[in-house]
Amino acid sequence: MAERPDHREQRHPIKAVPVRHPGRWVAGVAVAVLAAMLVNSLLTNPAFNWPEQAKYLFSPPVLDGVRNTIWLTVAAMAGGVGFGIVLALMRLSANPLLRGASWLYVWFFRGTPLFTQLLIWGNIGALFPTLGLGIPFGPQFVQGQTNALYSAAAAAALGLIFNEAAYMAEIVRGGIQSVDHGQQEAAAALGMSRAQTLRRIVLPQAMRVIVPPTGNEAISMLKNTSLVAAVPYLELTFTAQTIYATTYQIIPMLVMVCLWYLFLSSLMMVGQFYLERHYAKGHRR
Amino acid sequence: MSEPMVRAEAVCKSFGHVPVLKGIDLEVRPGEVMCVVGPSGSGKSTFLRCVNHLEKIDAGRLWVDGQLIGYRQRGDRLHELRDREVAAQRRDIGMVFQRFHLFPHMTALENVMEAPLRVRGDSRAAATEQARALLDRVGLADRTGNYPAQLSGGQQQRVAIARALAMHPKLMLFDEPTSALDPELVGEVLDVMRDLAGDGMTMIVVTHEMGFAREVGDSLVFMDDGLVVERGAPKEVLTNPRHERTQAFLSKVL
Repeated sequence: MAERPDHREQRHPIKAVPVRHPGRWVAGVAVAVLAAMLVNSLLTNPAFNWPEQAKYLFSPPVLDGVRNTIWLTVAAMAGGVGFGIVLALMRLSANPLLRGASWLYVWFFRGTPLFTQLLIWGNIGALFPTLGLGIPFGPQFVQGQTNALYSAAAAAALGLIFNEAAYMAEIVRGGIQSVDHGQQEAAAALGMSRAQTLRRIVLPQAMRVIVPPTGNEAISMLKNTSLVAAVPYLELTFTAQTIYATTYQIIPMLVMVCLWYLFLSSLMMVGQFYLERHYAKGHRR
Repeated sequence: MSEPMVRAEAVCKSFGHVPVLKGIDLEVRPGEVMCVVGPSGSGKSTFLRCVNHLEKIDAGRLWVDGQLIGYRQRGDRLHELRDREVAAQRRDIGMVFQRFHLFPHMTALENVMEAPLRVRGDSRAAATEQARALLDRVGLADRTGNYPAQLSGGQQQRVAIARALAMHPKLMLFDEPTSALDPELVGEVLDVMRDLAGDGMTMIVVTHEMGFAREVGDSLVFMDDGLVVERGAPKEVLTNPRHERTQAFLSKVL
């Protein structure tokens, strides 16, 4: 039998020659060159016209646009989440009519473009010239002209809410179904009602699955509000368009708008981080 | 003799076309600890889940403390109970599951407080005090603030027992409470159950722990293929099984 080598020296820290990675260097240099070109262009290309952007960044019309973008995002997400929960519960209901209605709703609103939906909401008066309150197929008690009762802001918000609800319904349904059925049995065995079980046991756990995609939805929504120009409603992007329609400074206005969106979406990412951490409760050791 | 705590008459249950319970007749006296053993698929867990109406029985009748479970008899017709009424019946019946089913987003203390707070409407102070006392009783006074994921399997199951006791049940159902535990953690859970039996709790325990059944059980039921094959004093059934199916089963597990 061969004599075993003496391993005692191996207790010293290993000083080995590291493997070289030339590919990393090449890729790194390429990225650095591209970044330098970008910075150079940002600083020297007069078409960016930074002074023009600075002039409008906090101007009253732009701030109005920012405000409209923010409230639309908040309203659309709040409404979309609330309505989405209702649709998800309908979809999980024992009642086949409710299940079918929810499915049909999601099928329509996910199957057609948001831009097209917003165009329809903007022209809803042509479809339903009057709005009223009364008995279905029977007499109406109050009635009014749609275009008088209904503003561009309402059209924009409703269009976004109804679209978002379809996506949220699927996210909420997935979240509820991710919760182990044993949780509902344990709650039932303690004598908790269905509503209590849903609110206290199932939804808080479903949130862990629901929150990350909902954060993504909210960030998408921030940008999708720009589509309400179809209604038309004056939010951030549409405001920029109205400004460059007279100044012809197209790129500076669009870059300025991007800066606003980046600022707002960064804020939302911070919020998302804390929200996810809150709902991870009990899953960190 | 006093009214039985649990009375089952010809209880049948099928899943689809598969009959799982084929006519179970059983009585459990107040204060009795009944252990149910049998091969997997024999219907023991299903029977236990029928007792608190987690499963709806297809035929027969089941009473707990004189109350018909899941139905109301009006004349010769049975009416299904409303969700609220079923929930009220379940309040008095504690259940402990094989896989604990603690609420993972709540601490041990919050798990035990939840039902007294939301179902019975206790004040927060009263619920907290009771939960602390119950966790102390199962030996977890120093774990009140831990989430289930931070506890061992044995500790989680003891929290689950405390959670069930918080509703002051008159009957406790145990569905293989030690089957998901590492062997060295089984003892601590059985100790708690032994104490509970000593305090006079009526218990139905579906288990594979023959030692526990022999030592703590007042009666032992052997189930196979949806039927009660044999019932008697645990020592008697375990040492002198009369039925050959019981003999065959015990020869494999003992």
